[in-house]
Amino acid sequence: MVGAYIIAQFQFGPDQASSLAGQVDALFLTLLAITGTILALVAVTILYCLARYRRNAQVDRTPIPDSSLPLETAWTVIPMFIFLGMFGWGATLYFKKNQSPSNATEIYVIGKQWMWKVQHLQGKREINELHVPVGRTIRLIMTSQDVIHDFFLPAFRVKQDVLPGTYTTQWFAGTKTGSFPIFCAQYCGTYHANMIGQVIVQTPQDYEEWLSSGTTEPAMALSGANLFRSLGCSGCHAVNASVRAPLLNNLYGSPVPLQNGQVVTADERYIRDSILQPELQIAAGYDPIMPSFKDRVSEEELTQLISYIKSLSKSTDR
Amino acid sequence: MINGLEVIEVENITRRGSYLTDTGLGSWLFTTDHKRIGLLYLFTIIFFFSIAAVAAAAMRLNLLTPRGDLVQAETYNKLFTLHGVLMVWFFLIPSIPSVLGNFLVPLMIGARDLAFPKLNLLSWYLFVIGGLVALYALLVGGVDTGWTFYTPYSSTYSNTHVVIMALGIFISGFSSILTGLNFIATIHKMRAPGITWFRLRLFLWSLYATSVILVLATPVLAILLCLLAVERVFGVGVFNPALGGDPLLFQHLFWFYSHPAVYIMVLPGMGVVSELVSAFSRKRVFGYKFVAFASMAIALLGFLVWGHHMFVAGQSVYSAATFSILSYLVAVPSAIKVFNWTTTLYRGSIRLDTPMLYAVGFIGLFAAGGMTGLFLAALGIDVHVHDTYFVIAHFHYIMVGGMVTAFMGGLHFWWPKITGRLYPEFFGKLAAIIMFIGFNLTFFPQFLLGYLGMPRRYHAYPDQFQVYNVLSTAGASILGVGYLMPLIYLIWSVKYGKKAGPNPWDAKGFEWETDSPPPTHNFEVIPVQIEDPYNYPPIS
Ligand code: HEC
Ligand SMILES: [Cu+2]
Ligand SMILES: [Cu+2]
Repeated sequence: MVGAYIIAQFQFGPDQASSLAGQVDALFLTLLAITGTILALVAVTILYCLARYRRNAQVDRTPIPDSSLPLETAWTVIPMFIFLGMFGWGATLYFKKNQSPSNATEIYVIGKQWMWKVQHLQGKREINELHVPVGRTIRLIMTSQDVIHDFFLPAFRVKQDVLPGTYTTQWFAGTKTGSFPIFCAQYCGTYHANMIGQVIVQTPQDYEEWLSSGTTEPAMALSGANLFRSLGCSGCHAVNASVRAPLLNNLYGSPVPLQNGQVVTADERYIRDSILQPELQIAAGYDPIMPSFKDRVSEEELTQLISYIKSLSKSTDR
Repeated sequence: MINGLEVIEVENITRRGSYLTDTGLGSWLFTTDHKRIGLLYLFTIIFFFSIAAVAAAAMRLNLLTPRGDLVQAETYNKLFTLHGVLMVWFFLIPSIPSVLGNFLVPLMIGARDLAFPKLNLLSWYLFVIGGLVALYALLVGGVDTGWTFYTPYSSTYSNTHVVIMALGIFISGFSSILTGLNFIATIHKMRAPGITWFRLRLFLWSLYATSVILVLATPVLAILLCLLAVERVFGVGVFNPALGGDPLLFQHLFWFYSHPAVYIMVLPGMGVVSELVSAFSRKRVFGYKFVAFASMAIALLGFLVWGHHMFVAGQSVYSAATFSILSYLVAVPSAIKVFNWTTTLYRGSIRLDTPMLYAVGFIGLFAAGGMTGLFLAALGIDVHVHDTYFVIAHFHYIMVGGMVTAFMGGLHFWWPKITGRLYPEFFGKLAAIIMFIGFNLTFFPQFLLGYLGMPRRYHAYPDQFQVYNVLSTAGASILGVGYLMPLIYLIWSVKYGKKAGPNPWDAKGFEWETDSPPPTHNFEVIPVQIEDPYNYPPIS
C-alpha cells in the first residue's frame, strides 16, 4: 500500500497531449539511449582500468603509444556524425514547431505581470485559462504589456517567449480533452511562479457551448471595425477619403513594397508596427502622413484592430 | 639563451625559509608574490562561496513544500540572484584560474613570478572591491533580476539595486581581464629553457585558452553592464521597446559574453584533471596534442554558439539552426578529452588517492553534463526543456560536478605544495565520496523535474513536482556535509598534518622539484626542461 503510494508520486514524463509531444519524446528517448550507452561504455572502461591497473596489481603494462592518429580520428569523426544526426532530427521538429499550418484557429494572448489575458476571435475573453477545441490547430498570437514572459505548455511540448513591443506566435493541436498547465517559463518578477494557468481542451461541441455562454463581447473584428472608425483610421484608409492612403483590403499576408525598395510580408508584426511606428516602414507611393497611435491604443485594442484588418483579406478565411 | 643563463646564475637566490615565513598583515596585503596572491584569492572565494551556498541552502529548504513556505517570493528571487551572481563571478570564474593558476603558473614554467606581479595584486584588489560592492547591493536590499539581468525587467521594472550589483560585477571584470593578460604574457614570455609549446603542461594549455576568453569576452560584459545602467538611470532606450530599444539585443550581448564564460568555468577544470589523471596513473596523457588543441578549439568555437540560449526567444529558424549545429561542433573537443583521459588509464599504474577520486568523479559528471548538453542543442527538445530545471541540472553538472570537483581535486593534489603538509587521506576520500553522492542526489532529480515541465526560478510549484524537490533538497544537505569536511580537515592539516616533503606524489613537474612550501622566489636555480614534462619511467 505505502509502496504503491510512494511509487505513484513519481512521474517520469509529462502528459502527451499534442501532435508534437510524441515526436519530441521519441527524439528525447533516442538521445537518452545513445548518450546512455556511450556514458555506460566510458564508465565501464574507467572502472575496469581502475580495478585492473591499480598500482600493486601484477598485470601486463607493456607501454602503448602515447597517441594514435587513427584512434583520435575515429573518436572525433564518429561523434561528429552522430551529432549531425541529432542536429538534423532536432531541427526538423523545430521547423515544424515554427511553421504554423494554414487554417489554424487564431487566439490572441497578452501577458502582463502576472497574468495571461486571452481573447478569442468570437470575442470571448478569459484570464489564465485557454479553452480550445480538441483536434483543431490553434495559433497563438502573443505579446506582453511589460516584461518578457514565456508561454509554456509542457503537455504540448511547446514554449515561446512573449516579448513586449512585438508579436511572437506558436501553434499546437490538442489530441485529447482535459486540462493541462500553462507556466510562465521566463522569469518576469516577483510573482513569476504564480503566472500559471490551464489549457482546457474540449470537444468541439463543448467548446462552442462555452464560447456562447456567459457574457459575450462582440467579435474581435467587429470591435476592431468600431475602433477603426472612432480612432479616425477610416478617415484616411477609405475609398472616398480626402487623403491618399492605402486601402487595407487584402493587405494581410500579401507582399508590401516599401519606399526604401524593400518588400515585406504584411503579417501581424508589420501591421502592428505600421500603427505604432508608421514612420519606420513607409509603403511605397504614399506620403508619410500617418500619425503614430503609440499612446492611443492599448494592447487589447491593437489586437482588435489587427484582427479587423485581417478580416478584410479574402485570401484567409479568418 | 647564453645570455639568459648568465642572468639566472646572477639571480641565483639562496634564501632560506618559504613564501609563508613572513606573517605580518602588511606582508600579505602588499605582497606581489603570486603564491600569496593565490592564497588571498583562495580565502576570498571561500568567503563568497559560503554566502552563495547559504543562499542555495535557503532556496532548497524553501522548495521542500510546494507553496514555498520558508521565504516570501521577493526574498526567494533575491536569493537565487545572489546565488547566481556570487557563484559565477565571485567563485567559479576566479576559482581555478586565480587560486591554482596564480599559485602554479610560474612554478610550472620555472619562473620566479608572473610577468606583471603588481598587476596581479591589483587584480585581487579589484576583485575584492567588486565583491564588496556586490555585497553592499545585498545589504541595502538585494537584487531580484536573476544573474542574467534580462531586460526590460532589469532596466525598467525591477525595484531593486540592479545598478550597484552591476557595478560590482563590472569592477570584478577588470580583475578577470588583468589576470588573463598576466597569464598570456607569462606563458608566452617566461617559460624556462627547454619548455617548448609542446612541452607545456596541459594545465597551462587550458589556462592559456581560458585567458584568451577572459581577455576577449569580458569587455563585452563591461559594455553591456554600462548600457544597462544608462537605460536604467537615464532612461535612454537601448533594450526596452517602450523606449525604442530591443530586449533581444541585451540577450545577444549577454550570451556573447556568458557562453564563453561557461568555458572559463570548465576549461581550467579540464586542465587540472589532465594533470591528475597523468600523475595518478604515472603516464603521459594519451593524445597530448589533441587534448591541448581541444582546449584552444573550445575557447574559439565557444564564441560562436551564444544563440543557443535564445531558441525560444524569437530568433529566426535559420539562425537557430546555425547555432544548433555549432553547439554540436563545440561538443566534439570535449568528447575528445573524455576519451583521451579514459585511454590514459589503460595500462597505467593507478592509485586512487583523494585527488584521483575527484578526477574520476569529474570525468563521469562532466560527461553526464556534456551529454545532456546534446539534448539542449537539439532544437526540438530545447523548446520543451529551455528555462526548466533540466537546464539547471545540466549546467550544475558542468559547473559543480565539473569545475568544483576539479577544483577540489586540484586543491588536494597541490595542498602539500601550498602548505607543506599532507591532508588526512581517509577523510579526504570520505569527503570526495560524500560529495559525489550528495551531488547526484541533488541534481539528478532536477533533470526529471525539468522534463516534467517545472520552470526555473519558481518560488512555489504545483504539487506534482514535490517528490523530486524533496529528493533534491535531501541531496543538497548531504552535499553540504561534503563541503564542510574539507574546510575542517584542511585547516587542521596546516598545523597538524604530516610534513609533505617536496614531492609526496612522486609526480613529474617543476613544481615538485622545489621545496614544499616553495621559497619566495620559487627556485634556487631556474630549472631546465630537458624532456617531455610527463616522462614517467616505464612501469615494470
Ligand atoms: C492621416 C491619415 C491616416 C490615418 C488617420 C491613419 N493612417 Fe494608416 N496610413 C496612412 C498612409 C498615408 C499610409 C501609407 C504610408 C505609410 O506606410 O506610412 C498608411 C499606412 C498604413 C498601414 C500599412 C499599409 C500598407 O499597405 O503597407 C496600415 C496597416 C495602417 N496604415 C493602419 C492604420 C490604422 C489601423 C489606423 C487607425 C488607428 C490608421 N492607419 C490611421 C494614413 C493614415
Ligand atoms: Cu514569468
Ligand atoms: Cu551557452
